[in-house]
Amino acid sequence: MFEVRIHGRGGQGAVTAAELLSVAAFLEGRRAQAFPSFGSERTGAPVVAFCRISDREIRLREPVQRPNALIVQDATLFKSVDVLDGLAPDGYLVVNTTKSFAELHLDEIAARLPKGHVRAAPASDLARAHIGRPAPNTALLGAFAAISGVVSLEALLEAIRRAFPGEMGERNVLAASAAHAAMTASPAQEFACSNR
Amino acid sequence: MSSDVQPVKFYQKGTRTVGNRLIDEAARTVQASRERSNALTSGHRACQGCGEALGARYALDAAMRASGGDMIAVNATGCLEVFTTPYPESAWQLPWLHSLFGNAASVASGVAAAMRRQSRKTRVVAQGGDGGTTDIGFGCLSGMFERNDDVLYICYDNEGYMNTGVQRSSATPPAARTATTPALGKEPGNVFGTGKFAPKIAVAHEIPYVATASVADLHDLEAKVTKAMGIEGARYIQINTPCPLGWGAPPHETIALARLAIETGLFPIFEAEHGRVTHVRQIRKARPVEDYLKRQKRFAHLFTSENDPRIAMLQARADRFIAEYGLVEA
Amino acid sequence: MLEQIEGSKAMARTIALCRPQVVCAYPITPQTHIVEGVGDLVRTGALGNCEFINVESEFAALSVAIGASAAGSRAYTATASQGLLFMAEAVYNAAGLGLPIVMTLGNRAIGAPINIWNDHSDAMALRESGWIQLFAETNQEAADLHVIAFRLAEELSVPAMVCVDGFILTHAVEAVDIPEQAQVDAYLPPFEPVQSLDPDDPISIGAMVGPEAFTEVRWLQWRKQHAALERIEALSAEFAATFGRDSGGLLRRYRMEDAELAIVAMGSVNGTIKDAIDELRAEGVGVGLVTLVAFRPFPTQALREVLVGAAHVLVIDRSLDPGMGGPLASNVDLALRNLSPAPHLHSAIAGLGGRAVTKTAMRQLARDALADAWEGPRFVDLDEKVVARELHRSARERRCGPSAEHVLKATEREKIARVKAREAMR
Repeated sequence: MFEVRIHGRGGQGAVTAAELLSVAAFLEGRRAQAFPSFGSERTGAPVVAFCRISDREIRLREPVQRPNALIVQDATLFKSVDVLDGLAPDGYLVVNTTKSFAELHLDEIAARLPKGHVRAAPASDLARAHIGRPAPNTALLGAFAAISGVVSLEALLEAIRRAFPGEMGERNVLAASAAHAAMTASPAQEFACSNR
Repeated sequence: MSSDVQPVKFYQKGTRTVGNRLIDEAARTVQASRERSNALTSGHRACQGCGEALGARYALDAAMRASGGDMIAVNATGCLEVFTTPYPESAWQLPWLHSLFGNAASVASGVAAAMRRQSRKTRVVAQGGDGGTTDIGFGCLSGMFERNDDVLYICYDNEGYMNTGVQRSSATPPAARTATTPALGKEPGNVFGTGKFAPKIAVAHEIPYVATASVADLHDLEAKVTKAMGIEGARYIQINTPCPLGWGAPPHETIALARLAIETGLFPIFEAEHGRVTHVRQIRKARPVEDYLKRQKRFAHLFTSENDPRIAMLQARADRFIAEYGLVEA
Repeated sequence: MLEQIEGSKAMARTIALCRPQVVCAYPITPQTHIVEGVGDLVRTGALGNCEFINVESEFAALSVAIGASAAGSRAYTATASQGLLFMAEAVYNAAGLGLPIVMTLGNRAIGAPINIWNDHSDAMALRESGWIQLFAETNQEAADLHVIAFRLAEELSVPAMVCVDGFILTHAVEAVDIPEQAQVDAYLPPFEPVQSLDPDDPISIGAMVGPEAFTEVRWLQWRKQHAALERIEALSAEFAATFGRDSGGLLRRYRMEDAELAIVAMGSVNGTIKDAIDELRAEGVGVGLVTLVAFRPFPTQALREVLVGAAHVLVIDRSLDPGMGGPLASNVDLALRNLSPAPHLHSAIAGLGGRAVTKTAMRQLARDALADAWEGPRFVDLDEKVVARELHRSARERRCGPSAEHVLKATEREKIARVKAREAMR
């Protein structure tokens, strides 16, 4: 079973992101479960959403404690939420940011994870360019698909089209594709391990 | 007042906004004073641009000044209660009780009774949103009114159940899109001919004081709360407080929208005592309802075709308010 | 058709297929998406001949449903927690009058302290009202139980509530097979009321019944609930035949063959417990699970038959009766009475107010039940330090302030300390 935890703020579409991921997995014939951690409706509040993907029936209902992947939609969350809690030693970390991991004080953590598993994606910028709003969720999923290979880009784009009909869907598809291409094109950053 | 109260800091100096230095000191708002009680202090979790947070801050500090800080607040379940008491903090710097969704008026009546029995002069303010006040809380509200209990009830009217995800209440205007009156089918949005204007019902109870107010005129809001606090018996103030999320508008438009609601006549500003309207705020220059509607996504479906008849119907509604309350000088 | 869909939406679509004529809505977290979903279908015309009424309170919501049902229309509403309590008088009224209303209960804790997260206290609060109460384990079952509930309710003239864990199921997206209209029509015929307000045949509904007949009226209610035990099994079997999958029934067994310890639980937590059981079985622990679907009527006999071989029974309660302990545990105890030898009953209170019920905690609990017999209810994952501190604090002075707020502050301090310790270790 592959477990993903998505961190964002209310209004950034973290809950939708988890759902889209689960639909993408479903379209590939797999089992998937997506659900948010909850609070009252409020823009800007920290939001966590979860997605489990498996080839067997998923029966577990607790929040994802040991994620195989973390998708972070808002880098400011590292300061107020324990985003990295429980991340598997060979896990993935995808962060929506234009800053470097050193600037985010994440380079040490990044160095401990396998090469290519830790990537920064300028999802808000790509979203602004293709969608017209800095809604980073679909772009970030495109990046995640490229980095982890857990779902194919094709399935993800189909999931996006089903969720957002018409022009909005196509714009999100462009954003996701652009992010996917960006991750595939540029090499993964090397992180120096500080205890060497 | 307790010494734990957070001191007030001004970050913006020398403008008209803070300090109101061009206005006579006596006419300045309570918020302009460093000595204000800050009953609803900073750090709460309201959305950016929340009209209710703004209205509540002004209303409560005005009430605190009028009562010399000797006041208890009772709060219904809703946005205000939720964003002011996020686990594990509270933004309230006065005695505050959250009871249930529909009984704030009754609970406040109980607090007022206890104050009488204990020979205390402590005043009681009850507050809630439109859903909690005019829908589920209506029975209790009416009871408080007819008993003439010594409570000031403040209703923050953002025209829907916002905290649970923007559902329709009896204060939601006709045609507005909400989660339970979606913009789908033959009659998208909220149904015409439904809804109630609670201040008018409050007036019908012939209670000592009823007023409507808006975050578009904060001086007026404060003045009305201050006046209400000088009266004994059942009092009701309904404040129009736009919700950017629920109304589908950017957070910086809150006050502009509240002003347009007044200037179109859709939210009449008036005062009444013992069943009779005593004062009405005149609209200097009436605006067509379109100017108000087109700035909110909750009315976007009215503009997908030319001359949607519902815009005329909303204009007729505004005109009725204007006629009924004499909002425009003949 | 199989779809990856949010639980509430799957339920809304399935409820619409049941052709309700009157649907009443009053918003309360976590049921909002269900009623909104039905409302959308009414608006688009996908659900025809249905009135969707926005009411001013939950009391009004069930009252509207009562009126509609008494006048011969299939009626539906949904609520949770505080809302269920607000309509409590009407809940008993509907059962006493024998009106086959179906209601979704998005299980949520009851305040004070106010809490919007999942537990079973709302269902428990109204367990004596005379409604049928069915608990869904998955969103597939949540959708399916509504179809079964309408059929069952109308057949017996008893209202039924379908209990669905708030957020955990209502807001989870997973694969659900939404039935076809033809399938539902084949299973659920049009509503044929036992009583109806009809000018052509006027009757009076809602008589006052005094001591001379009240017992008999109640006995007849009791008998209907008893009949429901058999009907639930029969209708679930018919469901399987019509829709091609098992859903509902009174209870389900999981790895109960030669189980030394039988866990009994309701709702979504069963999924997590199954994962725990697989791990424990691999470690040689003889543990099995009984998933109770029907809580009212309570399947005493069926439970007795399935639990008879176990030496230990561990009941997971998702609610608390502060004066007694676990309501489900006390009901299960009833089934174990007069069994010889009687299994040892262990009561655990877990997941109150939305606290996650973890596989880890369930594993430990099962091991503890076998190793060490505790008396009374055990609170799973209780923060002993926080409660000890609060007891100490409140014993010091009379005017010590509200407990809830102080516990929050203490819990927050603990959490911050743990985070700091973890940071230091990195």
